[in-house]
Amino acid sequence: MRQKPRYVEASRCTACGACAEKCPTKVPNEFNFGLDEHKAIYKDYAQGIPSVYTIDPTHCRIFQGKKCGVCAKTCQAKAIDYEQKEKFVDLNVAAVIISTGYELFDATRISEYGYGRLPNVISALEMERLLSAGGPTKGHLTRPSTIRAEARVRELAKRIKKAETDQDMENLGRFQAELKWLEAQIHKHHTATKLGFIQCVGSRDFRFHKYCSSFCCMHSIKEAIIAKEHEPQTESYIFYMDLRTVGKGFEEYKVRGEKVSGLKYVRGRVAEILEDDEHNPIVYYEDTEERRVKSMTLDMVILATACSAPKGVNPLAEMLGVELDENNFIKTHPNRPLDTSVPGIFSCGCAQGPLDIPESVAQASSAAARAAEVVMTGGLALAM
Amino acid sequence: MTGNQKEEIRIGVFICDCGSNIAGYLTMQELVDYARTLPNVVFVQENLYTCSESGINEIKQAIPTHNLNRVVVASCTPRTHEPLFQSACEEAALNPYLFEMANIRDQCSWVHMREREKGTERAKHQIAMAVAKAARLRELSRIELGISHRAVVIGGGISGMSAAMALGNMGYEVDLVEKQEKLGGLLNSLNIVLPANEPSSRLLHDLAARISANDKIIVHTSSEVTKAEGYVGNYVVTIREKSAENRVKAGVIIVAIGARALKPEGLFGYNGKSVITHLELEALLKQGAPAAKNVVIVQCVGSRCAERTYCSRICCMTAVKNSILLKEADSRNKVTILYRDMMMYGVENEDMFRKSKELGVRYVAYDPAKLPQVGEDFVKVYHQRMGKEISIPAELVVLSTPLVAQEDAANVSSMLKVPLNENGFFLEGHVKLKPLDFATDGVYLCGSARFPATIREAVSQGLGAASRAAIVLSKEALFTSGIVADINTETCCGCLGCVDVCPYGAIRFVEEKEICQVNKVLCKGCGGCAATCPSESAKLDGFSSEQIYAQIEQAFAS
Repeated sequence: MRQKPRYVEASRCTACGACAEKCPTKVPNEFNFGLDEHKAIYKDYAQGIPSVYTIDPTHCRIFQGKKCGVCAKTCQAKAIDYEQKEKFVDLNVAAVIISTGYELFDATRISEYGYGRLPNVISALEMERLLSAGGPTKGHLTRPSTIRAEARVRELAKRIKKAETDQDMENLGRFQAELKWLEAQIHKHHTATKLGFIQCVGSRDFRFHKYCSSFCCMHSIKEAIIAKEHEPQTESYIFYMDLRTVGKGFEEYKVRGEKVSGLKYVRGRVAEILEDDEHNPIVYYEDTEERRVKSMTLDMVILATACSAPKGVNPLAEMLGVELDENNFIKTHPNRPLDTSVPGIFSCGCAQGPLDIPESVAQASSAAARAAEVVMTGGLALAM
Repeated sequence: MTGNQKEEIRIGVFICDCGSNIAGYLTMQELVDYARTLPNVVFVQENLYTCSESGINEIKQAIPTHNLNRVVVASCTPRTHEPLFQSACEEAALNPYLFEMANIRDQCSWVHMREREKGTERAKHQIAMAVAKAARLRELSRIELGISHRAVVIGGGISGMSAAMALGNMGYEVDLVEKQEKLGGLLNSLNIVLPANEPSSRLLHDLAARISANDKIIVHTSSEVTKAEGYVGNYVVTIREKSAENRVKAGVIIVAIGARALKPEGLFGYNGKSVITHLELEALLKQGAPAAKNVVIVQCVGSRCAERTYCSRICCMTAVKNSILLKEADSRNKVTILYRDMMMYGVENEDMFRKSKELGVRYVAYDPAKLPQVGEDFVKVYHQRMGKEISIPAELVVLSTPLVAQEDAANVSSMLKVPLNENGFFLEGHVKLKPLDFATDGVYLCGSARFPATIREAVSQGLGAASRAAIVLSKEALFTSGIVADINTETCCGCLGCVDVCPYGAIRFVEEKEICQVNKVLCKGCGGCAATCPSESAKLDGFSSEQIYAQIEQAFAS
């Protein structure tokens, strides 16, 4: 087992956060999809386990050969160790469980949806971060174009100051005009209140994944309900093929979304997303219930991106000798749902295909049972 | 509980800086000086991190050195750190329940970051409250319980069999109790199972053979569990087998009673002949394909409606599977599925769905407000996508009905004191994080008794429930918490207020004495009874009225 260095000694770090407070280097926060920044010594989020800070060596000044060491000086627990090395640990085990999960489908591959190009077209996971009280906007649905505009406003303020000092009247006028326009935009479009959720982005699509990703219908409904709870004037449209509300209490939740939160379920696949000159996304879709092609202008569009097998699974599977299915999920048999093609190696969760939380949790216990059978009988149970 | 009232109370207070989390916003020296003035406090120490190895050692050393018999730590939340400090006390031979915490970080320095003076004042109050309570703490003890390393699995369908098999393989003795004369449950009525594409009988036969070959598993068919008494680790379960009754000791019980298919009496012209259910179709398919050339399958019959609000999860797959089998039997057969949403979630189901379309199965979405009309040899349906009513020839109509709760689910629920939801399915401990547990320790859940499940899911949940149960079975003994409720037999008037509020079924009414009594093993120390009791007869050890009133007084002291 290879353990990567975090350059912080886990047994000493008390997660007090003094290091991050003093660290001079700001880095776009990957966990929040770059919607805000954190420091070069960081923790993804407050409740992360283990509760230990990590240094990002690609940005930390020390690792870039510059002078710093502020975190080591600040840390009273003496947990910083710039010399920490990769560790290799040999484990002698009777059973292995593969629970490597999934990664998000790269929505830029669907160019007609404009993800990555249109600022107010985001993925459902970005929406989770926006709705999170611990996220970049503390739970407020600020449009990503506004977040960018606010950053530009801060920059313009500095430039205007400099232009004033330099008596650079030409640029001053230009900056002031841009500032005025941006401020008007921020004022007009600060909060996203008209939302479109697009289902099956990369799933049930022959160009990408043929399968259904199982959990996206529910998280879109959930996000729409939470948005409405946060901002009562929010309107949400969910563009779907089938609303697959198959879990315990799911159908009831969907009905409540419509009746109580006023969500509109629109049966139809979105063909294309464009935007107007104020970054409002316009979706073009076929309403199959009215049998007409329509368009709708929205504040923000949330893509229910598919559950994809993680890229790293191929070398792992090769090393362990386990078979993958055509989608690169770990192959299992429907009647022996935890067993891989290699006796003693089990898998659970989204590593073997899309699953929702309760099924994943149940499967985790099941995989533990299969592993326990092997461990407790010295391998005899493999015959099951 | 030992009474040591006369002993001199000697309290040690440890105040944590938490790096700068506390020390950065409160004036620590003031807190230390203040703590020294509090009654019974004989030792005060400030730590950089009380939870660090050196902080813990300072607690362990101070207890014997200063002869401390109570310890207070003013730091963060007991939720994460109380067990650590309690074990430090225990290692220094101090009863862990003679320990108290004041949360001056989360509840003080973090919320008063810009108010050093007021925050420091508040922290003083919090420390004084903890000290006041500590002076009134009593030693408590954890009860050690023996365990029966045996499991009872109620229900011998696919999930119950899987659970029994896993426990048997781990080396635990299992009583697998099935009501019918043979194992298998609903699988006995099925024909071919997809996506495995094998006869259901073969799957069942394999599993049943492995179960009978496992000498740890005792199968009781034509049997029923009629009584279960006791608590986690120590149940006595009565199994009625034919006319004999047997009592077995068991550490855990797994509920795997499954579900049954709804019979659609009065719906869509159901008659059991030309309008049938999937179970009836499966019986026909077992004997070869039915003669009908035109088959219409109707989804959501008796589900996703006012009467039964839920989606039964597996009926779409059943319909798609049977449509494939009908097409494969004769490709000239015309099969149409009338649906609302095709719930073919995941990889295998979507594959199956696509295959059926490739074979020519026709799908027509209908509007629940305009239900299909079943006629003599046709079905009329408003075709939503075409916007008009169409008529489809049909010699055979198959109704996809939901799985509904077993008729005896309510009995099992009251026998084991575990809850059902509004649809009669068992209600798990937490819908996301504890899908196979109940709030009651020692009882677990799997399969369609929880919610309709596919074979894959039922097997997985059976194994999972076995895994949860093995956590108990693998222990030599269980320890209860010292924080449990107690009811004063002298003053209790038997009003039953506590019985009603207890979420764990830990309090029973003793009829002959007309009082209520706490089962300390089942009690989880929530204090609901103590807060409810009008005569203060119910008290929670470690949170007695005397202790809490003392804290409240300190909170309002100037």
